Formats: sequence, C-alpha cells, structure tokens
Amino acid sequence: MLSIKNLHAEIDGKEILRGINLEIKAGETHAIMGPNGSGKSTLSAVLAGNPMYNVTAGEVTFNGKNLLEMTPDKRANEGIFLSFQYPTEIPGVSMTNFMRAAVNSKRKYQGLEPLSATDFLKLMKEKRQIVELDSKLASRSVNAGFSGGEKKRNEVFQMAMLNPSLRILDETDSGLDIDALRVVAEGVTALKTKENATVVITHYQRLLDYIVPDYIHILYHGRIVMTGGKELALDLEKRGYDWIKEQFKD
Amino acid sequence: MADLQIDNLKEEYKYGFTSDIDTETIAKGLNEDVVRLISAKKGEPQFMLDFRLKAFRHWQTLEQPKWAHLNIPKIDFQDIIYYAAPKKADKLASLDEVDPEVRKTFDKLGIPLDEQKALSNVAVDAVLDSTSVRTTFRKTLSEKGIIFCPISEAIQEYPELVQKYLGKVVPYTDNFYAALNSAVFSDGSFVYIPKGVRCPMELSTYFRINAMKTGQFERTLIVADDDSYVSYLEGCTAPMRDENQLHAAIVEIITENRAEVKYSTVQNWYPGDKNGNGGIYNFVTKRALCRGERSKVSWTQVETGSAITWKYPSCVLKGDGSVGEFYSVAVTNNYQQADTGTKMIHLGRNTRSTIISKGISAGRSQNAYRGLVRVAENADDARNYSQCDSLLIGDKCGAHTFPYSDIHNPTAVVEHEASTSKISEEQLFYCNQRGISTEEAVGLIVNGYARDVLNKLPMEFAMEAQKLLQVTLEGSVG
Repeated sequence: MLSIKNLHAEIDGKEILRGINLEIKAGETHAIMGPNGSGKSTLSAVLAGNPMYNVTAGEVTFNGKNLLEMTPDKRANEGIFLSFQYPTEIPGVSMTNFMRAAVNSKRKYQGLEPLSATDFLKLMKEKRQIVELDSKLASRSVNAGFSGGEKKRNEVFQMAMLNPSLRILDETDSGLDIDALRVVAEGVTALKTKENATVVITHYQRLLDYIVPDYIHILYHGRIVMTGGKELALDLEKRGYDWIKEQFKD
Repeated sequence: MADLQIDNLKEEYKYGFTSDIDTETIAKGLNEDVVRLISAKKGEPQFMLDFRLKAFRHWQTLEQPKWAHLNIPKIDFQDIIYYAAPKKADKLASLDEVDPEVRKTFDKLGIPLDEQKALSNVAVDAVLDSTSVRTTFRKTLSEKGIIFCPISEAIQEYPELVQKYLGKVVPYTDNFYAALNSAVFSDGSFVYIPKGVRCPMELSTYFRINAMKTGQFERTLIVADDDSYVSYLEGCTAPMRDENQLHAAIVEIITENRAEVKYSTVQNWYPGDKNGNGGIYNFVTKRALCRGERSKVSWTQVETGSAITWKYPSCVLKGDGSVGEFYSVAVTNNYQQADTGTKMIHLGRNTRSTIISKGISAGRSQNAYRGLVRVAENADDARNYSQCDSLLIGDKCGAHTFPYSDIHNPTAVVEHEASTSKISEEQLFYCNQRGISTEEAVGLIVNGYARDVLNKLPMEFAMEAQKLLQVTLEGSVG
C-alpha cells in the first residue's frame, strides 16, 4: 500500500528526515516510536503533505501512485488520514458543515453523488457512537472549546466518517486520561479491516496494549534504526531510549 | 511555501457584460443647465426643480470629504455624464413595453421582468442607468394600497407624499455626495406602505449601470406608516470597464408608530480588475428615521463589489422604544477599498440598537469599519451592542476599526466587542487533510464567520450571498 524509499525532508532549512525506508501492506499495523525530536511527527506531516515541510529527496508511492506530487486534499481523497496530535480549531464552522464538505469532497473524487442531508445525518449519528461522542457536537464549531479528550475522540470520529485506507495516528494518546485512551483506542481497533493499514506514532507502550502492532520501528535522528515485533515496546518501556542514543550516535 | 500566496480572481466577474442598448445620453459635465435639463426630461413640478437647484448651489460650495480611510483618486465631476436612458421604442403592447434588449439584459442578470417568470414573492423595480425600466407586481400591491413605483413617477403621481418626505432624513446639506445626488438624481424606487398593512411580498430594486462614462445617482424613499411592515432588497451590478464609474445614491427610510422596515443589500458592483484598474466608486448615503414609537429599521448588507465603498447605513432613533439594527459583511479583495459602518443616533427613551459588522480582507485590499453610537441627553435607558470582527486572508491586506461613541446620558448601556482573526495555514491544512480543497475551505470558513449576518437576509438571497462570498474570494489563497 505505502512504500517509502530514502525519504529526506526539512523544515526552515533544517533536515529532519534523513533517509526513511518503510513498506506498509494492507491489514498491517506499524508503530513508530522514538525519543523527542527524532522526526516521528515530521514523517506523518510529510506523508499528509503539510506545506510547512520540504521534501528534498526520496520517493513515496501510495497504491502505486506517486504520493509526493499530490496536493494534501488529493492525498486525503486517495485514502490517507492523519489524526492530528494538536487538532486545529476552526471557529464559526460547525462540525456538521465541516464533515459534510469532507465526506462530499471524497464522494465527488470517487465520482459519486453527494449524500442527502438525511443520509448524512444518519451516518454522523452512527459513527459518533463508536467513540461515544456527544450529540451536541454537530452544532459546535470544529474543535473550538473541545477538551483534549474530545479533540482526540473527534479525530477518530472523523476517521470513521471518511473510512480511509491508511490511518496515521500522531500521538493520539497524548493528553488523554486512561478512560479516554481506552475509548479512542477501541474505536481505532473497531475500524480496523483487512483492507486498511495503521501507523501509530507514540511514546508509550500503553497505547499499544490496545492497538497491537505487527511491527515496531524506532526512529532516531531522522532514520529508522531498529525494527522489531511488539515485544520491542516492552523493552523500551523498561530500558528507555538511552541505549539507542548510545548505539546510534552520530 | 510558508506564506499564503495572493493570486488573482480565477472566476471572472459574472456580470461584467455590456448590452447594446440604444441609449439617449446628454453631454458630459455638470452645471445649472444640466440640472434643469434632467428635471425637464422627467417633466418635474416646480418644487423638484427648486430642490435640485438649491442642492446644486450648495454642492458647489462643498469639497469631497477626506476623513475616510480611503485613497480616492481625483474625480473630475465635469467628465461624467449625468443622464443616460434607454430610448423608448415605439408604442408596444403593454406587457412588452420594455425594449427586448433591456429585457434580455435583465434576464441575463437573473432578474426576469416578466411576472410569470419571476419569483412569485418578490416584486422588482429594475433601474438601468438613469431610469426605471419596469416595476413588476404593481397591480397586486396596489390592491393593498401599497405604492411601489419609480421615484420619477411618484413625483408626478404623488407629489404631496414626495414633497412631505423627500430630503427629510438626508437633507441635501448632509454631505458632498448627498448634495450631488439631490441635484442630479434621475431615478430609484418609491415605496409607501399604508397604515396597518404588512407587505405580502419582498420588494426589491435592481440597479444596473450599462452606459459608458455615466454616473448613476439613484434615490430611494421608503415610507412605512403606522403598524406596517415591509422587507426590501436591493441588488446591483455593472459591466467590466477600465474606467472608474461613479455611483452616488441616497436611500431614505421613515417609519411611523410601530412600523418595521427590513432593508437588505447585496452590493456587487464591478470591483475592478486584479491590478486595481476600473471599478465602481460607491459613495452612498443611507439613513432611516425611526420617527414613530417602537418602530424598527434593520439594515443588512453584503458588500462584495465596488473599487471603493463609502457607505454608512444609519438609524436615527427618535421614537420612544424604537430599534435600529445594522448587520454587515464587507469583503474586499485585490485592490478594493471599503470604509463602511453605521451611525446609531439615540434620541428617544428606551431606544435600542445592535451593530454586527464582519469585515473580510484579502489580497492588497483595505477594509475599515467606522461606526458612531450617539446617545442624546434625553435618551434615557438607551442600549447599544456593537460587535466588529475582522478576518484577514494573507498578509498584504489591512483591516481597521474606528468605533466612536458619544454618550450624553448616564443611564445608557453601550457595549463594544471587537476581534481580529486570520485564516491560518494550519486551518487550511486541516481542511485539506480531510479532503476539502483550499478554495472550498476558505468558503467554508468565511461563510461560517459571516453566518450571523447571512442569516438575517431573506431566504432567497442568503444562498446567493453565500456563493458570492466564495466567488469573491476565489484565488485569494494560493
């Protein structure tokens, strides 16, 4: 599904990704871990096409298509979804209008008619329940005044609405209490199919108790320095990152 | 690309076409003879000619106001044609009294002059250059005693009403453009709603400038007698031209006891091209006198067009318990300039006013809100609430807020809130990541921001206004 070869990227002239190689197949779950500043969030931003970052080398194909030459909205409509670490507030735009625009953009991209108002509201209601999100949400502005937990649940709700094939979760566990973490993680797991793939970016083992990865990659200084099974996370939990930093210092 | 890039309007101004209409114009320039000629062409009674001449003589003593936050190039008032009218074709059957070319023009603008084709609940007065070409549903309305006709006709047919009210809210001494308009105005609409009548349909006037080198000086007068109600809408467009054209209008509204007038504007004059060439100079004086107790006037405006806008629809709240409202969305893009707002003058007791202003600036445009809230000595328990928000798109435009208050009564409660925000890269990327294109995201954010005002428009026009906002800002973000 996703193939990343020798990916380099920078922000404001500073190189953050320094040669990432990664293959992800449908049905797989990959966790990306690593110390602060290693490039985890940059990788997710670059895949989603955030214009703040410059890709300086490498190639990324998504379902056989060159991802790097697509605009961010096209990537989204092709099936890439990023659950933001810090979801953006858009005052004045109701969640209903926002989601309706998003869902119908994707339908248009796929050559489908827009959903009728009734069908759309039914879909909203159904998907909201996956993450136990309040029904008042519909009339509230996008993320405006949402608590940390609500914002993350709202991200997973949007994921449910858009049914993406590649789901990238950027530190979805940050700022969540243990109950909210469970709700969010169970939502992600419930939406897992054989056709979609998941990339989980996290610092901690605890999210991986719920979203069990097939592979764990350790990112350090802009490169994947180690890949292992789910037991690698337990190892890291015990030993921290210092031994990695020691082993792979420049 | 960290910066929002400023691009040109992708969609061309939809109403920029010119019609080939056989037009009668007078020589350009302005002097007493021109004023007399316009009055003679309209076959006006003596009182009108006197009114015009007084206004003209006063205008000669005035200078263009300079206090607005506008950069107005020098206007040569002798280089403007003050009267242009489609030539009347030879006598045609009654339904076809409109020149086919004129009819086609309005069809193209989406304003059918045929009652069968029109929206059944909207009556239209269509004004082309200096004259009204057709007013629909006049018969239906007259059955209720409502007068809705071109002001030139009202001067002929209801001279006592016109003489009683004309210039009473906006005297010709009011300002430079008001004096000019009073001297040379050629047409516009006249509305009279009799006592106790609720007007059964929306009334609207559609203004179209077509002729070259011509200024449009229309004048609208709306009188709502005791316990009456009317909702009135105005729309306007003009062809795309390199030259600047002047539009200096006056709207006067008078509400008697417990009467209510809702006045909505969707202003879409040609704004000029992306480099700031051409476009309409829109210098307009609009004012309502809430003369009766508990009467109410509500101004709603969506301003997207014109190269320069200078306009402050205001309310004089004279009757006890009268209410004034001003809801505005003003969008500027490219090199457009707008200085717009309102005045709420509280004279009566228990008067209330609300001001909601939403400015949106993009490109290299300048957008200013200017408002005055005045509470007179005797206006016990007056209340005002003002909210002025500015939204910036890109970093080469300007937003300015000039709120003035002048309070002479200690019981007044006056509140003012203001905010400035910007459509951020993060917001656009967030929308993009959900599959929403940048253009659509800007439309979504802008319409969300302007929602409180758009909701005040009559249903039929709210959708139209929403689309217009999006089209106006198309290409403002790269």
